[in-house]
Amino acid sequence: MQIHKYDTVIVGAGGAGMRAAIEATKRSRTAVLTKLYPTRSHTGAAQGGMAAALANVEEDNWEWHTFDTIKGGDYLVDQDAAEILAKEAIDAVLDLEKMGLPFNRTPQGRIDQRRFGGHSRNHGEAPVRRACYAADRTGHMILQTLYQNCVKEGVEFFNEFYVLDQLIVEVDGVKRSAGVVAYELATGEIHVFQAKAVVYASGGNGKFFKVTSNAHTLTGDGQASVFRRGLPLEDMEFFQFHPTGIWRMGILLTEGARGEGGILRNKDGERFMEKYAPVMKDLASRDVVSRAIYTEIREGRGCGPEGDHVYLDLTHLPPEQLDAKLPDITEFARTYLGIEPYTDPIPIQPTAHYAMGGIPTNVRGEVLADNTTVVPGLYAAGEVACVSVHGANRLGTNSLLDINVFGRRAGIAAAEYAATADHVELPEDPEAFVVGEVERLRDASGRERVAELRRELQETMDKNVMVFRTEQTIKEAVEKLAELRARYKNVSIQDKGRRFNTDLLEAIELGNLLDLAEVMAISALARKESRGGHYREDYPNRDDVNFMRHTMAYREVGDDGTETVRLDYKPVVQTRYQPMERKY
Amino acid sequence: MATPVMDKVEAESPEPADSPYITATFRIRRFNPEAAAEAYWEDFQVEIDPKERVLDALHKIKWDMDGTLTFRRSCAHGICGSDAMRINGRNRLACKTLIKDLAPEKPITVEPIKGLTVQKDLIVDMEPFFQAYRDVMPFLVSHGNEPTRERLQSAADRERFDDTTKCILCAACTSSCPVYWNDGQYFGPAAIVNAHRFIFDSRDEAGEQRLEILNDRDGVWRCRTTFNCTDACPRGIEVTKAIQEVKRALITRRF
Repeated sequence: MQIHKYDTVIVGAGGAGMRAAIEATKRSRTAVLTKLYPTRSHTGAAQGGMAAALANVEEDNWEWHTFDTIKGGDYLVDQDAAEILAKEAIDAVLDLEKMGLPFNRTPQGRIDQRRFGGHSRNHGEAPVRRACYAADRTGHMILQTLYQNCVKEGVEFFNEFYVLDQLIVEVDGVKRSAGVVAYELATGEIHVFQAKAVVYASGGNGKFFKVTSNAHTLTGDGQASVFRRGLPLEDMEFFQFHPTGIWRMGILLTEGARGEGGILRNKDGERFMEKYAPVMKDLASRDVVSRAIYTEIREGRGCGPEGDHVYLDLTHLPPEQLDAKLPDITEFARTYLGIEPYTDPIPIQPTAHYAMGGIPTNVRGEVLADNTTVVPGLYAAGEVACVSVHGANRLGTNSLLDINVFGRRAGIAAAEYAATADHVELPEDPEAFVVGEVERLRDASGRERVAELRRELQETMDKNVMVFRTEQTIKEAVEKLAELRARYKNVSIQDKGRRFNTDLLEAIELGNLLDLAEVMAISALARKESRGGHYREDYPNRDDVNFMRHTMAYREVGDDGTETVRLDYKPVVQTRYQPMERKY
Repeated sequence: MATPVMDKVEAESPEPADSPYITATFRIRRFNPEAAAEAYWEDFQVEIDPKERVLDALHKIKWDMDGTLTFRRSCAHGICGSDAMRINGRNRLACKTLIKDLAPEKPITVEPIKGLTVQKDLIVDMEPFFQAYRDVMPFLVSHGNEPTRERLQSAADRERFDDTTKCILCAACTSSCPVYWNDGQYFGPAAIVNAHRFIFDSRDEAGEQRLEILNDRDGVWRCRTTFNCTDACPRGIEVTKAIQEVKRALITRRF
């Protein structure tokens, strides 16, 4: 075991982590711990754009963007945070351009902008061109640009270090962060990182679904680490299903395809979104479009022999436009489906895409221990966090924005805190939990297999807590998850070695997914209303009287060691926008 | 607006199709210095739909047959660059290579990429690769006061370096280069591609410095124009052309 001492430790090297690292490294001695090489992070898979009211191509302003974000989130958004997001968006885009990001350009040489779902002119009048983009590779360009600037700033990375535990110490009745414990993939060695400030930027947890746009590595390790240590998770029932994943594979096809004029069609060739969203049509918010697709499928208007998908039609767009604006997704269709998008429509279905919920923070990125108390020295940003700027449904292009705005804020806040604070003394045997887990799994001889449990987890999640949910389906998921969690105790692995033991890490990741799936299902069961991405067929309406509040889930351990999830609630911050019925 | 009816409509039952599955042999280069000093080949028979990816086959082996098989992967659709490997003797991404395109009636060989030290099975040491990347100043350099808004760049100037912005640092090109195999000091195609990305960016002011770095004896002149790199690039970057453009810029000092 090795002990390292830093001012600031950042967990994760996607967009949020590297944006934080660029700020923190300038201000404090900083280490970035990342389970992947930074350029492997899933920010790189984002395609369509990053929202900012630059008004480069038509009239726009950050107040409209704020409104769209709040409405898009079905009024569960904290409005003070949304205002910061929209206001700081403009500098966030300009900062990236100055760092070298190769945005597409207008004929005047300015950053070009395109339409995207839910982004509108003057509070819903018509779609507006707000998404700044680089072809359909915007996330790739952001990830590369941030990594390039990390190289420039000399950011210190610990690559392929898996953070598996958060050290929390109670000092004078206040929970404080003392550091993290990491597992080094190459050697199997355990490392304790003592740090004045820790920033979680470890991304999402979508891998508990089967059909998902998420990478294999998006297993919610950060969320699970803090939850296990008694800190809450916010709004975990809200998960976004992106309307256009490649049929059965889940690979993302950007909403920018519809921003460029692409149309969704059912088996009759009908442009069905006109029925569900007369103004915004195919560019309504993602929750609305995903429900519309499944409604078409359920009513027998799906495509293919099993009627289980619909089409994304780009055939009316000029091939030059597809080549220039959507080169990657058209290549995905050719590679994985053998389809030529110039001439044939692409079969799609909604795909599990983005966790709106996560580790609760305030607008400085400080992690909350309850509705109001900050955990000194602990920060989070990006998909792992819940600020909450996305509320019940995130707008497309707001996540690349979120990681830049709140990654920067968390990096600055963490480093500034580290400049004034002392290290918190490490607990006795800080590595004990991780060593225990690793040894237990290495020595285990149980009969359960990681891959089988993960398959059953993904199947129950897809079946029971996807786009449409009911009390019955969610209960089915809760019961199944209890069974899987019990069976997980008997899981064993085949690779008993120390060197690059990905067998072991997949087992640990599965444990994290199971913990988070349970939080999601229990949070979803209690929310007896429909709002944004959480749609209850047994409660089809939004209920502002009883549920205009954030869910706060806590892990409770009884005297006999039994674990339960306790739910509490937190008020939504409302400033200037009164909840209205959401129409597109 | 139509009222959605939530009752499930009975889907027409599809015609029972012939099973799409085939049995393919995957011949994988194994190496684990914890267990044995020498590398060896191991065959696995995998039931698989030929429309699936090589990565899917590797997962079937790891998850259902042999948990010790070790490889890197993440996004599984050719964007993250984790799973470059040598498949049937050619560098490719396992997640972007479909079984049907590999003549699966014969054994499909899977080996680690060459020129980088193998650490376990299909995992190689990526540090020398990233060090070469870091050595070419892979970041925008500009002097003077920054504008308050974005820098202007014409669409044509933006297009000039578009091809090399696509790089995902998977190392398929560098580890396909015979010069790189034989001379570990050579920067390799990927580093030159990333230098090109900035040399030809109209906003950048450090082109001369980067060219001097690549004018080194281990620099761009080592390239023998074998085009292996261009063939290997899973992003379709014209790697050899980019290297030639850097060579030309070194001669003319115009870029």
